[in-house]
Amino acid sequence: MIASRWVWLAVALPLAGFLVNGALALRRAPATRAVSIVGPGVLLAAFAVSIGVFAGLLGRPPHEPHIVTLWPWMTAGALRIDLAFQVDQLSAVMLLVVTGVGSLIHLFSVGYMREDPGYARYFAYLNLFVVFMLVLVLGANFPVLFIGWEGVGLCSYLLIGFWFTEEANANAGKKAFIMNRIGDFGVLVAMFFLWRELGTLNFAEIAARAPGALEQGGTIVTLITLFIFLGCTGKSAQIPLYTWLPDAMAGPTPVSALIHAATMVTAGVYLVVRTNVLFAMAPLSSAVVAGIGALTAIFAATIALRQYDIKKVLAYSTVSQLGYMFLAVGSAAFAGGIFHLATHAFFKALLFLGAGSVIHAMHHAYHATHSHEDAQDMRNMGGLREHMPVTFWLMAIATLAIAGIPPLSGFFSKDEILASAFARGAEMPIYYVYYALGVLAALLTAFYMARLMTMTFLGPNRTGDEERRHLHEAPWIMTGPLLVLGILSAIGGVINLPAFVGGRHALESWLEPVTAAGAAFARVELPHGTTELLLVGGAVLVGVVGLVLGYRATLGRRVATAREAPEEAGLARVLNRKYYVDEIYDAAVVRPVVWLSRVVLWKGVDQGLVDGAAVNGTAKLSRGLGWLGSRVQTGQVGLYVVLFLVGALWILRAVIR
Amino acid sequence: MTAFLDSIGYGQWILHALVVLPLLGVVPVLLGPEASAKRTALLVTSLELILSLGLWWALDPGRGTLQLVSNTPWIPGWGISYRVGIDGISLVMVLLTTLLMPISVLGSWRYITRQERGFYALMLALLTGLVGVFIALDLFVFYIFFEIMLIPMYFIIGIWGGPNRLYAAIKFFIYTMAGSLLMLVAIVVLVWRVQAVTGYLSFSYDHLLTNAGAVGPLAPWLFAAFAVAFAIKVPIFPFHTWLPDAHVEAPTAGSVLLAAVMLKIGTYGFLRFAVPFFPQVALSPTVSRIVVVLAVIGIVYGALVAMVQPDIKKLVAYSSVSHLGFVMLGIWGGTVQSVQGSLMIMISHGISTGALFLLIGMIYERRHTREIADYGGIARVVPVFSLIFTVVVLSSIGLPGLNGFVGEFLVLLGSFSAYPLATVIATTGVIFAAAYLLWALQRMIYNRLDKPENERLSDLNGRELALMTPLLIGIVWLGLYPEPVLRRMEPATRRYLQLTQPGAAAPVAAAGPTIEVRP
Repeated sequence: MIASRWVWLAVALPLAGFLVNGALALRRAPATRAVSIVGPGVLLAAFAVSIGVFAGLLGRPPHEPHIVTLWPWMTAGALRIDLAFQVDQLSAVMLLVVTGVGSLIHLFSVGYMREDPGYARYFAYLNLFVVFMLVLVLGANFPVLFIGWEGVGLCSYLLIGFWFTEEANANAGKKAFIMNRIGDFGVLVAMFFLWRELGTLNFAEIAARAPGALEQGGTIVTLITLFIFLGCTGKSAQIPLYTWLPDAMAGPTPVSALIHAATMVTAGVYLVVRTNVLFAMAPLSSAVVAGIGALTAIFAATIALRQYDIKKVLAYSTVSQLGYMFLAVGSAAFAGGIFHLATHAFFKALLFLGAGSVIHAMHHAYHATHSHEDAQDMRNMGGLREHMPVTFWLMAIATLAIAGIPPLSGFFSKDEILASAFARGAEMPIYYVYYALGVLAALLTAFYMARLMTMTFLGPNRTGDEERRHLHEAPWIMTGPLLVLGILSAIGGVINLPAFVGGRHALESWLEPVTAAGAAFARVELPHGTTELLLVGGAVLVGVVGLVLGYRATLGRRVATAREAPEEAGLARVLNRKYYVDEIYDAAVVRPVVWLSRVVLWKGVDQGLVDGAAVNGTAKLSRGLGWLGSRVQTGQVGLYVVLFLVGALWILRAVIR
Repeated sequence: MTAFLDSIGYGQWILHALVVLPLLGVVPVLLGPEASAKRTALLVTSLELILSLGLWWALDPGRGTLQLVSNTPWIPGWGISYRVGIDGISLVMVLLTTLLMPISVLGSWRYITRQERGFYALMLALLTGLVGVFIALDLFVFYIFFEIMLIPMYFIIGIWGGPNRLYAAIKFFIYTMAGSLLMLVAIVVLVWRVQAVTGYLSFSYDHLLTNAGAVGPLAPWLFAAFAVAFAIKVPIFPFHTWLPDAHVEAPTAGSVLLAAVMLKIGTYGFLRFAVPFFPQVALSPTVSRIVVVLAVIGIVYGALVAMVQPDIKKLVAYSSVSHLGFVMLGIWGGTVQSVQGSLMIMISHGISTGALFLLIGMIYERRHTREIADYGGIARVVPVFSLIFTVVVLSSIGLPGLNGFVGEFLVLLGSFSAYPLATVIATTGVIFAAAYLLWALQRMIYNRLDKPENERLSDLNGRELALMTPLLIGIVWLGLYPEPVLRRMEPATRRYLQLTQPGAAAPVAAAGPTIEVRP
């Protein structure tokens, strides 16, 4: 048990790790041993601090967040923004998820990245990411959260482009940063509104003042929440700003697990919960949040159906699952959103690390035979269960969890989301549509996961005869973290068991002090009795049907290897090409802006109009006038006399009048 | 510290010393051997920096008035005195100048290879002009310093510049000269009108400030003259086209000082003279609308044009147009937050853009090209350079936790209540800034290393690391703990707001005299 005021240690430890690893990265000689100890070591220490802080919170009266002020950051007039951390029930949960899952992924990385020449740099970035992620969830006010918010974006940028000599990777990193910045623009504008309307940017004061100062359902609170949500769509990869996340898979696979599945991308969900009072006061915005979430859930799931890169499937799956979380918080089920955030962190981190383990094996096999096949394409896999049984069984648990099969963690959290959306339908019927979309997305989720597992682990192997002999299970430093995540994915539901299995919604009551402000305006009453059981039964049925269909559809077909596979056609092609959204954005936004900047603004306005016509035109004009003047200076006295007389008469005339 | 400074009478002589010392330094630079010119210049500018640091403690941070004022009659018949003094705003501008000067000298160490004596002598003269501009409290003296700094910069660009240096130097000179002549006319008319009403002929700042109302219907014209002079310096769209040319052609030190310090003279001029003299005109709805629209155009337009520049120096030049647009928006935002934010940007932009130009100069010395397309993948070859370049770029795009964010955030937060729509449009600048700088960063240091010429680049040496270090410290320190700086500027900011918005705060008379003369 650690007093809350020591919470800064959880941030300082990874920061120290960043500095050490960063210094090691600049040395020419590799320092693999030191990096392997420092990198995961600081995370485990931060996890220990987090457990202590969490335990300390258990014994405290629940309704007062503990504010830990480090130093004044920005002050001007009435504005006073401290570099301050807020320890409360919500940040404590996030602290545990980030440092806990983070520790496991750091350990896994020791095995996965050990042979990379940028090993020290990798851990420096990863440590720095954790620093910013913790600042994000601990920030006691909007600007401090924003340090973390943009900081994790920076680390994401650096890690996506980790192998920066490939232009595609560097492009993906840049795309992620810029799309996130579009979202950050929304967060900034929301801050300006809040400062103007409430005169504060501290979360505690926002929750206290908003009910009195803002009109419920009014334009202002609706605008504020929509701008916040714009930020969430960027960070958490929702429509329309989701396209960076699949590209982000260019980074090392543990990065995809930590940043692009378990932690950073859930920051948008966290932010909505953190400002729940505002969203609860703006039913229209909440409906938009839930609607975008439901749409993203189904949209991304359809794309996942037709991807062959194992990480791309998981990436679209993440986009889809994040949509579920927004469906939850948009239905005022704030605790439900955090619940799914936590269970998703477990099973999706497991899926990504498992995929990493598979890619690791495939890569080694191809490397050993000097083959240049795609190590991430599922069409080159198949039958891997024999070679990597541990990875297979653990990923199978995660698959069942994400498909919502009881009693695994995902079953409880997904069920609660669907039930909440259904319950909201009683007040706003549009939520019934969201509910239907959610159920349909659940079917697709089960389908594409069954397809992924079948293509990767079952059926005949397609890696190649020579290569097959090099396939092997990952070392314990990688399977160990997988095992822990497997256990968490299986039993993670216990943190918020519902009443029908005898639970008491532990997480929900734990978060009560944080969500109470919003609950005063919008509160979701989950259905009970027969309705509840019907909903649960329906959701389970959908999951089972999806799994069976996905399994049979994949196993029944002969899969050609990536090299031999024919081009997709028809709808499959549209899905495989992700509805051509990237191409549409490029043609509709990127190219026009670059064209406007280059042709119209630079060449046209700047060089043509301002510089050419106005500035150099003035110069030419004055030179022309000078030339005219010089023509007059002929040296002939007679002309001078005439000019003098004309001038004198003109002046005389003016004086006389 | 304060007691020590008092015991050596620091407050009495420091401002004179800061102006005279560089001029004295010109003598040994010109008379000494060619090879030692840069060492002498480094010594003099370092001494200037050390001396100037005491100002931090000598200034009473609790008061917004002009302090350490000294007054020496110069041309009594015309009411001209050599009158200098500082407040929190001048303080940070002077310190920014004295900090960047030795760094610029170090940055020229190998870049300047011919006529070194002349170069470093001009640099020292420039230092005098720059410091003088920020401490002058007599409009004639201000004008003199304004011109003094123009001439060395003209020669620095015109002699040590790139291939197209003459065009750039003349464009820079005529542009600025046109503005400053307009300003001179305005100053003379102002003094003359004030004399007509008060019967007292004086170029003194406080006298003119108190009585500027005497110009009556001439006020819009006089404001316009001041405004054009300063708008060219800032530069505000559409007076900006001299800047990219000047930056591209200028040697490293010229670009650094031009961007980091000289552009700020424009915004400083608005804060010190143009707006406080004629607040009714400057802050009238019409003028405000024009300025705010031009500021927002500058922010977005500068960023978009920066994005498509093939020359990295031009890219940074256009980014300055964008950043300075934020400063103008903040000044007209009219709140403590927005004006403080403007001042923070003035400092931060000085540090970040100064650092960018220095880094570009370093890589140019090695590769002799500024075309972005000539680089690519050099992070593997020059990791330290790439790391520092990345940090500076991040500070320039306003990553929170680094210096650039604080000013931009305060400007936008403070301007939102007065100009919500303009502020929202200006906020899109953060997106474009990320776009143009990260794109350039990627094309220069990431991607594939595909040019054989880049394979043998050497990483930064000790001198280069040493000159970047103070800037990097500034980038992190001002990003995480700008509080001491903000605290020192805030009284002067409040004072400015009292002068310009009499209705909003206590009346000027009640706020006490603007200038305090030390006994």
